[in-house]
Amino acid sequence: MATSTTKAPARRGALLHRLDIKGAPYVFVAPFFVVFAAFSFYPLVYTSWISLHDVELATLDVMEWVAFDNYVDLWGDSRFWNALRNTITIGVISTVPQLMMALGLAHLLNYRMRASLFFRVASLVPYATSVAAAALVFTMIFERDFGMINWALGSVGIDPVDWEADKWPAQVAISTIVIWRWTGYNALLYLAAMQAIPADRYEAASLDGASRWQQFTHVTVPGIRSTIVFTIVLSTIGATQLFGEPLIFGQGPNGVTGGADNQYQTLGLLLYEEGWKNYQMGRSATVAWAMFLLLVLVFVVQRLTKRLRSRTS
Amino acid sequence: MGTLGSLRGKAVATVAAVGALALVVGCSSGDDSVTGGGKKDGKTVITMGLYGVMGIKETGLLEQYEKENPDVDIKAEIAGDEQTYYTALQTRLAAGKGLKDIQGIEIGRAKEITETQSDKFADFSEAAGTDHFLPWKESQISTGDGKVLGLGTDIGPMAVCYRKDYFEQAGLPTDREEVAKLWDGDWKKYVEVGRTFKKGFKGDDVAYMDAASGLFNAMVYGYPEQYYDEQGELIYDTNPAVKEAWGLAADAAEDGLTAKLRQFQPGWDPGLANGTFATAVCPAWMLSHISEKAGAANKGKWDVAKAPKGANWGGSFLGVVEQSPVKEEAKKLVAWLTAPEQQAHIFKEIGNIPSSRTALESADVKNAESEYFSGAPIGRIFGAAAQEIPDKQVLGRKDGTIKDTFSQGLTLIEQQGTARDEAWKTTAERIEKAVG
Repeated sequence: MATSTTKAPARRGALLHRLDIKGAPYVFVAPFFVVFAAFSFYPLVYTSWISLHDVELATLDVMEWVAFDNYVDLWGDSRFWNALRNTITIGVISTVPQLMMALGLAHLLNYRMRASLFFRVASLVPYATSVAAAALVFTMIFERDFGMINWALGSVGIDPVDWEADKWPAQVAISTIVIWRWTGYNALLYLAAMQAIPADRYEAASLDGASRWQQFTHVTVPGIRSTIVFTIVLSTIGATQLFGEPLIFGQGPNGVTGGADNQYQTLGLLLYEEGWKNYQMGRSATVAWAMFLLLVLVFVVQRLTKRLRSRTS
Repeated sequence: MGTLGSLRGKAVATVAAVGALALVVGCSSGDDSVTGGGKKDGKTVITMGLYGVMGIKETGLLEQYEKENPDVDIKAEIAGDEQTYYTALQTRLAAGKGLKDIQGIEIGRAKEITETQSDKFADFSEAAGTDHFLPWKESQISTGDGKVLGLGTDIGPMAVCYRKDYFEQAGLPTDREEVAKLWDGDWKKYVEVGRTFKKGFKGDDVAYMDAASGLFNAMVYGYPEQYYDEQGELIYDTNPAVKEAWGLAADAAEDGLTAKLRQFQPGWDPGLANGTFATAVCPAWMLSHISEKAGAANKGKWDVAKAPKGANWGGSFLGVVEQSPVKEEAKKLVAWLTAPEQQAHIFKEIGNIPSSRTALESADVKNAESEYFSGAPIGRIFGAAAQEIPDKQVLGRKDGTIKDTFSQGLTLIEQQGTARDEAWKTTAERIEKAVG
């Protein structure tokens, strides 16, 4: 009798204790996953459901089952391939120079110099600017008749460029906005990584007679390799989602279609055009899923090549 | 230890559960009013969603109404660009949230609204004192079963706005009567004058007209049927009116008569301010835009001449959302805002032509002159142009979208140098996508 009265609470206490140890972490991470389920997973599933239907924005309750027709149509749609090509080209001409410049900038910021804090903060300012404000200002700078850049070109005798109407100028102009906004941000990431490189490696290198450039390529870059990979992944995702800059750059109907000739329509814009200009939610959802699958594909290919490379070496 | 740990566990679990619950509740509840309007502190709050320069807020009408009705508080939100505005309106109608009590409806969207959203807007067919509108204006916002989903604000009779100084430099007449005679009755003559202008103009690089799309719209809207027939079938690819307008606009683009601008887009406004083009086909409501953007420096340089042919380009309606908690008060406000006196007031202030027959016949409107446009008798010019608007106006569901797509098709010819057949093909494909 006496034993049972003392044992039962003890056992319950032990159970609660075990629950606390094992359960608490789940409870702590639960808020994120609840939010994730509500705002990421559920929309993802619902989007896939919509993409199998013919639905108009005005009448979301009227859905007609079309199975994979939307996907088949998208595959045969030249606008999709055009948007995919544009997304890749704009992505490349914005990401590559951006990361190179960020690397150089970080290298310079890493030197001991006066007012380094000021320069570090200043490099982050473009990132803090809203995409709308930045894009609007750049749109004015790149304007055909009265823009600053054409004025500058004109003053050295170069004919004005129709930045919005021509394909490559338009893509370069949009990339400029992206580069301007993100270079400083990436530079700070690189800078943080660079400062974690032990100073004695540089000392050893300089003892071996390595120049500044050799130190940069042989010590700095290998030292921050994982950060570089990280920024490449981030930039790739960012480039896939490119939307605000071209939308505002084009302004009005041209923004939605990425130019009169779709010359700078990205996948994000195509999604928007289908959903919010043509009001075809089914087709819009299909584009969204195609983008998602593309990212998955990129990820899988990257893992495969990595595994192959590690096996061959 | 055990009890303390379990307490902590419980506390954490409770917090997590409350957090999750708050999320769920946050999604499902919200304001008791879906439109933001309602009775607050003894006042009736009415919210409005408008776009562009409709003149309702700009000319002080809302303040006047609030003064006359001290228990009413009006909150108006104005979007600059109608396309953006309409996209948001569609999204909100679909969601049943974020709407305003009163929503502006542009003519290009009227058919889509009457066909797909009629149950979401209040009916005005029984409203008293609203029989003063042009008959075709009211029919545009009426459903098949006789429901009237809104009341008309302005209409869009057209003229041609031109720069007198440039015409003089090109050796053309500058008097508005003589200028109108140059192209009387035929848009082809308007383009022909452009060729003369281009040959005769001495001086800097000035184009004859702003955009090919302006000419295209002006021509297409002169016909009772544009992109759809009365049965609601798409006829844009067979309608001779569209073909004719496309051909002439393409001629103008290929002959370099246009400034290659996109109307209402960024380059257009500085083009007005710096005078990079000599003419623009101008619906009445465009006058306020031109005078504002061209600025004081160009006052008196612009003038208005009768257009070759009459047409109705644009115009709007005000509708009341069915879910509005202050539906009756909102309907009253709409009736007041679109009454003849208020429409005449807007016209006098900024030049939007009334859709009210009574207002059009008032002396105030008839005798109005525009100081900015060299004292042009705009009341007479646009009043006469309003008479030339075809009595029947067939609207289609995707008129607004199709109009934008055609404008882009002409931009292809103007800016990219695409061959016109190729540009037409692209346009047709896009329309298929947009309406399909």
